[in-house]
Amino acid sequence: MDIGIIIAGSAGEGVQTIGALLAAVIQAQGYSVFTWQEFESRIRGGQNSFRLRISEVPKNSPKDWADIFVSMNSGAAAKYLPLLNETGVWVSETPEGGRENITIPFKKIAEENFKKVIYANTIATGAVCGILGIAVNGLCRVIEKTFSNKNKTVVQTNIQAAEKGYISALDACKDQCVWQLPQRADRYYLIPGHEAVSLAAAYAGCRFISAYPMSPSTGIITYLSQKEDDLGVFVEQAEDEIAAINMAIGAGYAGARAMTATSGGGFSLMAEGVSLAGMTETPVVIILAQRPGPATGLPTRTAQGDLLFAINAGHGEFPKLVIAPADPEDAFQKTVRGFNLAEKYQIPVIIISDQFLADAHFSYKEFEFNEIPPELHTPNLDDIDHYKRYRLTPDGVSPRLFPGQSAHLVTADSDEHDEYGHITEDLGGMADQMFMKRLVKMERLKAEINPPEQRGVASAEIVLVGWGTTRGAILESILLLAGENKKVGMIHFTELWPLPDFSFPSGKKYVSVENNATGQLEWLLRAEYGVSMSGHIRKWDGLPITATYIRERVVTYEDERV
Amino acid sequence: MKTSVFDNQVENQWCPGCSNFGILKALKDALLTLGRAPEAVCVVSGIGQAAKFPHYLNCNFFNGLHGRALPVALGIHAANPALTTLVVTGDGDCYGEGGNHFLHLLRRNPDICVVVHNNELYALTKGQASPTTPVGARRTLPAGPVESSPLNMLGIAIVHDVGYAARGFAGDIDHLKGLIIEGISIRGLALIEVVQPCITWGTHPMGWYKEYVYKIDDVHDHTDQIAALAKVSEPSDKIAIGMLYRGKPKPIYAERFRKDITDRPLFESAAISTSKMAGLLDTFK
Repeated sequence: MDIGIIIAGSAGEGVQTIGALLAAVIQAQGYSVFTWQEFESRIRGGQNSFRLRISEVPKNSPKDWADIFVSMNSGAAAKYLPLLNETGVWVSETPEGGRENITIPFKKIAEENFKKVIYANTIATGAVCGILGIAVNGLCRVIEKTFSNKNKTVVQTNIQAAEKGYISALDACKDQCVWQLPQRADRYYLIPGHEAVSLAAAYAGCRFISAYPMSPSTGIITYLSQKEDDLGVFVEQAEDEIAAINMAIGAGYAGARAMTATSGGGFSLMAEGVSLAGMTETPVVIILAQRPGPATGLPTRTAQGDLLFAINAGHGEFPKLVIAPADPEDAFQKTVRGFNLAEKYQIPVIIISDQFLADAHFSYKEFEFNEIPPELHTPNLDDIDHYKRYRLTPDGVSPRLFPGQSAHLVTADSDEHDEYGHITEDLGGMADQMFMKRLVKMERLKAEINPPEQRGVASAEIVLVGWGTTRGAILESILLLAGENKKVGMIHFTELWPLPDFSFPSGKKYVSVENNATGQLEWLLRAEYGVSMSGHIRKWDGLPITATYIRERVVTYEDERV
Repeated sequence: MKTSVFDNQVENQWCPGCSNFGILKALKDALLTLGRAPEAVCVVSGIGQAAKFPHYLNCNFFNGLHGRALPVALGIHAANPALTTLVVTGDGDCYGEGGNHFLHLLRRNPDICVVVHNNELYALTKGQASPTTPVGARRTLPAGPVESSPLNMLGIAIVHDVGYAARGFAGDIDHLKGLIIEGISIRGLALIEVVQPCITWGTHPMGWYKEYVYKIDDVHDHTDQIAALAKVSEPSDKIAIGMLYRGKPKPIYAERFRKDITDRPLFESAAISTSKMAGLLDTFK
């Protein structure tokens, strides 16, 4: 089973509501569902889509084609109909020509039967359930749960609306609808990327977040604020991103594990703060949720365009860690790892995500959240006699106490400083020793960076080389290509700076896969490992890379080579 | 010379005879009078001559980036409100580079005392105009007379009902000490602007200031916002020093979050257990 659904309409037409409700129903039926969204940066109008992919075992990567297409207006129909399979079913809000479709006027039914257009969302959800062969009581149970905080009339009306849509679809569908989704015993976790990051941060001991709202990062601080009672993370909406990172650094200095979250534009403003964290040796975790730039770019779209910027962020030379998780489970584990390493080495840690990961929901049979448990790296007070915050040590890490924790005074200085944190210009002496002390930490850090993930490299002729959130699409493309007797493997990086010691096996054709235009990973790997790619697959249109997109280009590449 | 727990042996980089030495003495004396221990105090600064301040007294400190002392201080205060958090900054650092942070600190009312050295110029970078330089004054930059009008940040703070607003004078150390004691003691945000000459780049010597400075008398009602605004809007030949304004009682920053944990530092908060996290994740099932 591999069913693709597209719900499309203007902002304000309930596309997101329908999609989320539908995902919950499919999840409750015991199926795996993967969802992702693409939308315009506006509150009303435009054309947006919500994509669902239903399967019996998780298929957590975006699908290009749909089997079921719901259009909420003519514009949406025109824009997304090309993505519907030839055998697919098209449900349209408005009568459309050109291709056979089922017209169900959701809004009109809502107004005529329930006096409110808002019920069009539930009617549409009911209709899709009818098409999918999901029993209507399955939908009703999810509605009861979803609207449990509303009054009984609202719940009852929604159930009636769902039934109305359900019956309309059954009546209209006739022989077109071939699907049946009977209740299964399985139950999958359905988790969005940025909620995984938020929960992981709290689990890792984060006690403070300051951030300025910026798509697609805003979900993190919003979620932590909503979950304040459960998670105990202090939330501050900063006046700008410069304030956000400086607040987090202040909180971190004072002993609270701290983070901030932003996108490329805000991260640009944070660059000096990244350098401050490096110089003052204050742990801080920064979530960089990418969207296409430059400048304001495409605010609600996805990209992998900030890798080299993240690695190079902050003036001067100092250690930092840059990681880019592949999916929500990986994001949970890597976020905990990020907090652990930030504290262990007293460095800034940048965790790169993107709009795709932020808004996509992935299904998991098991969600391994404790693979990397939270670590504490606080010194034993009894071991400290004469305290110097920046004591020179062989591994470059000085015991870090917190101000007010004991009688020891804790200092931090953005100037080059001596072991006590006081300004020094002792060139060639203390200034040089401090510089090297910080860089020694980078060597230690590098030694514990994990090598890239390798899949089927030994037997592969072509190896796809990617990073971050393209992992799902790459793995699926390898399966597609295997079906065509093509031996393709994968080398995938999620820990990107410092890069670990690693050798690319010889005798392979390496093809990089990146959601950007200039091949930033390709550049980095050439610089660091001296490896050259035989080809590259790039996409920079603001939409995520898909398996079929990769497959087509690998095939084309092979044809051209022959 | 008498020494205190706040003295240290760090070589001072200020110009000999700088009025900063007086401000430093006033602050150390205020902390002594208040009976604070060095480990209970955290001084935060940005960059500038004023911002070198924390190096010259014995306590916790964070000497951060130019303009960014206030957000760092807010983070420290949020993480550990039991610390006496002070910001020592200058007119360029706080009102220029960090102006936006200053405005937003007024909205939050943290229990922080902010001491702004106001010498109406940038000293560390050699004498350029600052956001408080009067119109027509000469500085090393711009080449001609200053054309943009100076900011009245005390006025802005009073309009925003700051917890405590005062103007001190680097030439009257005892008086300034009293203001700093008040500023630290009140619950909420305190702003103390300190008028001072710059003996290297400034146009007026200490004697000039002494001529125009006068102490605010008992008739002034420091709960009267309009009266306080009148005091900071006087012509430049009248420099009122003393307590200008006491804000109306209002919640302190983070009070709601801290209703159960009160003044405990965030680093003492209990970790989220594995079973609790498993339970939270189960809500996604």
